[in-house]
Amino acid sequence: MTIGRYRFMNEQPVNLDGFAAVNPDLGLIAFNSPNDPAPGLDIDDGRVVFMDGKHQAQFDIVDEFIARHGLDLTVADEAMAIDDATYAHMLIDPGVSRAECVRLAGGMTPAKLAKALSVLRPAELVMAVTKCRARKTPSNQAHVTNRSDDPLLLAADAALAAAFGFREIETTVPVLGDAPSNAIAVSIGAAVGSPGVLVQCSVEEAMELEMGMRGLVSYAETVSLYGTEQIFIDGDDTPWSKAFLTSGYASRGIKMRVTSGGGAEALMGAAEGCSMFYLEARCVALARAIGSQGVQNGGIDSASVAGSVPGGAKAMMAENLMVMLRALESCTGNDALMSESDVRRTSRTHPIFIAGTDFICSGFGSIQRYDNMFGPSQWNAEDLDDYLAMQRDWGVDGGLRTPDEHEVARLRERAAHAVRDVYAILGLADFTDQWLAQAIDAAGSKDVPDADLMTPLTASRLIRDTKVTMLDVIAALDEAGYDIEAQRMLDMLIARVSGDYLQTSAIFDESMHVLSAITDPNDYAGPGTGYSPSAQRQVQIDAIRQQQSVLDISARQLQHANSRLSVIGPAQRSDDPRDVVIGVSPATGQAIWQTLCGLGVDQALDELLAGLEEEGCVGRIVRFADTIDLGLIGLQAARMSGSGIGIGLQAKGTALIHRRDLSPLANLELYSVAPSLDRAAYRQLGLNAGRHAKGATPQPQRNPYSDEAIEARYHTKVVALVAIERQFVDGSSPQQLELDQP
Amino acid sequence: MSHRNAWSGMNAADITIDQVRAGALQLDDVRIHPDTLIAQADVAAEYGNQQLAENFLRAAELTALPDEQVMAIYEALRPHRSTAQELATIVNALQAAGAQRNAALVAEAAQIYAQRGLLRQD
Repeated sequence: MTIGRYRFMNEQPVNLDGFAAVNPDLGLIAFNSPNDPAPGLDIDDGRVVFMDGKHQAQFDIVDEFIARHGLDLTVADEAMAIDDATYAHMLIDPGVSRAECVRLAGGMTPAKLAKALSVLRPAELVMAVTKCRARKTPSNQAHVTNRSDDPLLLAADAALAAAFGFREIETTVPVLGDAPSNAIAVSIGAAVGSPGVLVQCSVEEAMELEMGMRGLVSYAETVSLYGTEQIFIDGDDTPWSKAFLTSGYASRGIKMRVTSGGGAEALMGAAEGCSMFYLEARCVALARAIGSQGVQNGGIDSASVAGSVPGGAKAMMAENLMVMLRALESCTGNDALMSESDVRRTSRTHPIFIAGTDFICSGFGSIQRYDNMFGPSQWNAEDLDDYLAMQRDWGVDGGLRTPDEHEVARLRERAAHAVRDVYAILGLADFTDQWLAQAIDAAGSKDVPDADLMTPLTASRLIRDTKVTMLDVIAALDEAGYDIEAQRMLDMLIARVSGDYLQTSAIFDESMHVLSAITDPNDYAGPGTGYSPSAQRQVQIDAIRQQQSVLDISARQLQHANSRLSVIGPAQRSDDPRDVVIGVSPATGQAIWQTLCGLGVDQALDELLAGLEEEGCVGRIVRFADTIDLGLIGLQAARMSGSGIGIGLQAKGTALIHRRDLSPLANLELYSVAPSLDRAAYRQLGLNAGRHAKGATPQPQRNPYSDEAIEARYHTKVVALVAIERQFVDGSSPQQLELDQP
Repeated sequence: MSHRNAWSGMNAADITIDQVRAGALQLDDVRIHPDTLIAQADVAAEYGNQQLAENFLRAAELTALPDEQVMAIYEALRPHRSTAQELATIVNALQAAGAQRNAALVAEAAQIYAQRGLLRQD
């Protein structure tokens, strides 16, 4: 029998997640499995003859490739001899340069580096990543996909992603045959959104290479590495095939990074009893050995496996750090959704987000969850505003920015039109006006019922059969009048000639300058050094679309202005025992006309007066200009009223009942949660004030219940409204007001 | 490093949209030249990444190979795809094409595949 509190807790989203008990035999252990080999390295005549518990004859294909190509044997003796804690200390010491940390890592075997990094605590990981990432300027990558491979929607969504600041866009297909069409549509959309956005289409290795060679994509990422021989073979590759593929991409001037991630081997049932972190250390060492410029890791497709074991989130971040220490581009996961809980997924990403990496997400789902053909991402269109707010909260550059809504609308329209025109010119497809209009406005593919699933398939077949290249696409764009976009896409091809974006951590800025480990090296060396957003970039981070100034709030109040309240003269004391003064705040009827619950101040006054009248009392409105303190306003109102009972009302809606013999803060009834009040509440307040005036028993008011973040919603407005109230404090004597009939 | 010559010999700085419009531009005009990859290898080595440099040097050799051949060699290097003889043929072809580094890579693969049982058994 489960008790109520546990029934309640069981219903929370986090309890949909799987949590695995540690099981080293199955590889369900983050760090330091008892089966992990002790670090070790023997070199004989310039060759590795023993590494991490194995003699050369026992090497599997992963060991073999690392031993032959992956280590800097000139620093191996020094690096292998260094104490784990000493190396960990160097990583967080701002006095020790990134270059020195990288130099030593070059001589460390996978087991050695894994063991040294397992010493780091979470906050130390943040420090080490801040210092050790290759590129100074952080950045981010988006997923742009949809359920129907709709080219128009892909283009509109790619333009939106570029407008939000993503510098790489990854697309993929639910239907493999659609890949070339997706690559073209996303590339056009990205070019509409911004110059210099890199585009990839993640599909099977050989097809991805073919698309790259035809210029249809500008980088590749789906080149998977695994930490055990069995899984490598299951993945239909070897370190040698991957090394060759890596060179194949470079030979065509195409940027490429490899993919790995802790938990993959456990998920596929061949972890050989080793910890996720050790196996990932082998992948990262191999990535360096085959000559890849970068790695996306941090769980990736097995993030929920890595996340299911103790220390899993920490291990995923440590994987990223390991990539940085091998001097490679680090694209830091945070893509596959690893929890149903918003709290857990934020917790997993946050340390990486505040430290900053080459790409915070190796796929932020810029489309809605249901449209993500990789599966829901850790961050999705649902979270774009959250992410922008997080950047603002911490003053952190997470790679995104707030574009103007009208600009985004214009870009979506232009992108969808451009794809329609290009597909028409190349004879790939025709799109109806209705489909086009739906795609431009759509929040997701469910909003595009007219999308025809055959269209991308037919277009892709034609692209392959007629060997359409990106030059043909550019010519068609130009012919259709999209000069700017044609030039931007041509610039991406020209960039292949110079090859600068093949270097580590390369992206393009919006002026087509390459930012890489070479041109934009991370120079963090303690507080006040390293990356700091430019003034212009800081404005992009800070100026989210939801922010409001006092001027904005004043303008909104002005829209509710009316002339029902008018001054009839200086307020006097009354001797009438039925008289109840309603004291109102200085800005009432002058600059503030609407309360926080959306009711007009005049309407709140209508209810107060009606409530008093029901109890046989007469309400009288007096505006005070010597204070904005509600207690004092209420007390002064009570002292002025014939009954000795006063009501205090701030224009923002907060109200109380006061009596003339009480101290300012000791009121009779307080209606403090102004956003939750309504007409009935003000009526009841009027009634109760009347009963207090007559000496009758008032009806107690219950504080209106809410589980909403009332303060988060309204405190910004409150600060502005209080500032406005203060502008009307001039010490002048109280004025009696009259409320006209509506 | 910008304004380098493309595979075709055209200088990157001379490529314009007008040429695209006139249909005068080929993919070879936006294809990287081996000399550029060799220069990028120098940069990578200078910045301490010998493996990345080696990759660029292998890539420089592969620029001369047609797309289909690059894809075919990749396919042949996948596990259980090739016999020892087939890999040896590739090694010879690469050597003949002046692709010494790639030839060495494939030869090394052939040796390890034999040890680890990754060759195709006919």
